[in-house]
Amino acid sequence: MITVTDLRKVYRQGNREVVALDGVSLSVPKGSIHGIVGHSGAGKSTLVRCLTLLDSPTSGSVSINGAELSAARDADLRSARRRIGMIFQHANLMDSRTAAQNVAHPLELVKTPKAAIRSKVAELLKLVGLEGFENAYPSQLSGGQRQRVGIARALASDPDVLLCDEPTSALDPKTTDEILTLIHDLTQRLQLTVLVITHEMQVIKRICDSVSLLEAGRIVEHGPLRDVAADLGGRLSTTLLPLPPAETNGSGTVLEILYSGDSASEPVLTGAARAFGMDLNVLAGSVESLAGTQFGHLRIQLPTGADTASLSRHLTGQGVAVRVVQEETA
Amino acid sequence: MNFIDELMTNPALTNALPKALGETLLMVGVSGAFVLLIGLPLGIFLYTSAPGGLRPMRVTNRIVSDVIVNITRSIPFAILMIALIPVARAITGTSIGALAACVSLTIGTVPFFARLVETSLRDVSSGKIDAALVMGSTRLQIVAKVLVPEALPGLVAAFTTTLVTLVGYSAMAGLTGGGGLGQLAYNYGFQRFDTTVMLVTIVIMVILVQMIQWIGDASARRVDHRSAATAGAKKHRRHEPATAV
Repeated sequence: MITVTDLRKVYRQGNREVVALDGVSLSVPKGSIHGIVGHSGAGKSTLVRCLTLLDSPTSGSVSINGAELSAARDADLRSARRRIGMIFQHANLMDSRTAAQNVAHPLELVKTPKAAIRSKVAELLKLVGLEGFENAYPSQLSGGQRQRVGIARALASDPDVLLCDEPTSALDPKTTDEILTLIHDLTQRLQLTVLVITHEMQVIKRICDSVSLLEAGRIVEHGPLRDVAADLGGRLSTTLLPLPPAETNGSGTVLEILYSGDSASEPVLTGAARAFGMDLNVLAGSVESLAGTQFGHLRIQLPTGADTASLSRHLTGQGVAVRVVQEETA
Repeated sequence: MNFIDELMTNPALTNALPKALGETLLMVGVSGAFVLLIGLPLGIFLYTSAPGGLRPMRVTNRIVSDVIVNITRSIPFAILMIALIPVARAITGTSIGALAACVSLTIGTVPFFARLVETSLRDVSSGKIDAALVMGSTRLQIVAKVLVPEALPGLVAAFTTTLVTLVGYSAMAGLTGGGGLGQLAYNYGFQRFDTTVMLVTIVIMVILVQMIQWIGDASARRVDHRSAATAGAKKHRRHEPATAV
């Protein structure tokens, strides 16, 4: 597992101090995929560089399976790094090496015997679905294939942890989907602990078990995907289940409701409408399946003069989150 | 047929020319080898010791970069060559001849090649170095397995340019007793007004430079896998016109 404790990184720019990471703590249990989302400038890149000690953190610690990474130097640091497999946005393959030679690269560093390298490379290329591309140079491969080579290379040293830095941000939607499926499958098959840093909500929705929102160097929201999605009005929930901007006509009260899991399978809305004998107008909605759970996020408008309070109580009683966005206007 | 006869009978061409060509090749070859041997590590050092490099060494980098490389490069070769005569004598035991000229040729060209090496290495994307670091590479492994192989097309081109420069410098070295085609052109072409010798020397020099450039370009293409066009289409390239110099 990965544990990050109170990680801080301060850069000096002239006589100005720039705080890139302001006390980041997180922990990812073995076998799960944790996503870190944030806009550019939130500190994602700095976080990745500090996690692999490409940049040394100003304070705080990073440990992988209990081994302290931030305290390691030289040889210790190199052996610690071998337990991290890393995938980059642009794959960062060596252009002078073929696919097979790229995958062999981490193995050459520790003087693995040639025969062992050959069989390991063949096995890894098969694992990522690139049989027959052994002798292709990166320039002869597509973006998705290059990323597959990158994944095979990251797995070559049998790491405990897979660190993905914007793994699909340079890929088209279809390839993105294929790569995400691959990462997800590999995580389960090899019991990897995965940290994915991304700005794409799609990645979070597709493969993550838990998620953190990074903003201005701090984690402002975090939790299992299911919990953060169910948090009506929360920042992550709003991005995971987005609604178009409000556009109301009429004067009735406008509510936002969020239902999930069991309540999603029941007709909560029509049930409520029937119980209160009122017409509900759905203004906008977003329905998705996240982490195996069905989620619905709706914006509805009640007729003028409706009993908002008892309707809310009725819905809350059924496990639906309710929030008033606009009071009835006289 | 006067000119042809002249080519066959002129003793400057029949006797002195083959010897001069041999001396030029010796100068270019020997100093080229030393430039590669000294300049490549020096260029790698300049790159890795720079601020933000693999192993930053502020003071040493400054000294090597500014003092040695820049000062040596700012002295015109003709002057450097004369200034280095005592050094050549100390190393080779003589101040004249092709071997003595190699000393000043090497010293004069190493900084030039080292700078070109440094520039080529800078073109290797930092992402590749990051990837290698995360794999657990040592600095030496990064140099040997990432920097040099990834920059190889640029390094080959840099060495080609350096060899061409050496051909030019070796001609200059001929003027201070280094021998070679430069001395031949000077002694016969200039001092004896032998236009034929001058012309023939020029033609040989042009062919020599063209050949170096042609071999260099071909080798650079061979080791270049950066774009799909060059990686996959080696065979079709043969029919393309040679690159002009």
